Amino acid sequence: MTLIDLANPTRFLALTARVLPWLAAATVILLAIGLYQSALAPDDYQQGATVKIMFIHVPNAWLSMFVWGVMSIASLGTLVWRHPLADVAAKAAAPIGASFTFLALLTGSLWGRPMWGTYWEWDARLTSVLILFLMYLGLMALWRAVDDPSRAARAAAVLTLVGAINLPIIKFSVDWWNTLHQPASVMRMGGSALDKSFLIPLLVMAIAFTLLFVTLHLAAMRNEILRRRVRSLQMMQASRIAFSGESGSRGEGASNEVGAA
Amino acid sequence: MSLGPYASFIVTSYAAAAAVVAILIGWIVLDYRSQTQRLRELEERGITRRSGRSATELR
Repeated sequence: MTLIDLANPTRFLALTARVLPWLAAATVILLAIGLYQSALAPDDYQQGATVKIMFIHVPNAWLSMFVWGVMSIASLGTLVWRHPLADVAAKAAAPIGASFTFLALLTGSLWGRPMWGTYWEWDARLTSVLILFLMYLGLMALWRAVDDPSRAARAAAVLTLVGAINLPIIKFSVDWWNTLHQPASVMRMGGSALDKSFLIPLLVMAIAFTLLFVTLHLAAMRNEILRRRVRSLQMMQASRIAFSGESGSRGEGASNEVGAA
Repeated sequence: MSLGPYASFIVTSYAAAAAVVAILIGWIVLDYRSQTQRLRELEERGITRRSGRSATELR
């Protein structure tokens, strides 16, 4: 099955029906392994047991940017290729991305209090992620504000692509500015600075959360396709009622004329 | 497994993540039920797709 085949929503629904149970099962298994490994991970020599927050915080922080990246590619699909499922993918991803970003902010704050002595600091990394969260909320509001999905899709696609400028700012904020947040320790030149006892559970949790996103995203896309079918059937129903009302009143008018004659 | 003096921060982080993921799953499942229910109601009223196929058909 190619990408062009998936442009047909019915084929896409058939694919999700087949794939979703397997994806959900793989997500549960990987999450269970990741959580088990996280529980068994040793304490850090400086941070103690609070290092366990990293196994939740970092995957959510990665996904907060990854989901916006997915939405940006989908937005290109809407504006350039006019792929029928592109705006469905973008719209369905926004609430999931907002949830991951919220969790990244919340768990980061809960990690920051014991380590930095504060829940929040207006440094470049924290502020740029907060802006990302607000942009997710703005995008969701935009989708709800415009009734016609195709008009909303174009406006949302432009906003998403403009918002993608924030992704490199978030990534390199710790290098460009003097931040309280630590610099990159996993994806950096010269390899990871983390010991294997932390790195392996972290990577397992990152893959598990990515699978969770894929599963939830496919399910949310399926819901969005069904929502659009509801909308088109409701419009069909409304036009039938309007048509029957119009022909009824015409008939009534004609009989009135006959009566007058 | 001892979580030390900051156990409440660690437990709250994991509990919040579990709660948010549970809310997301619940929202998606309820939304799916709501949409399929609305489609069935419309089809029962005789409003069908131009193809004639059921709107809730997934295969």
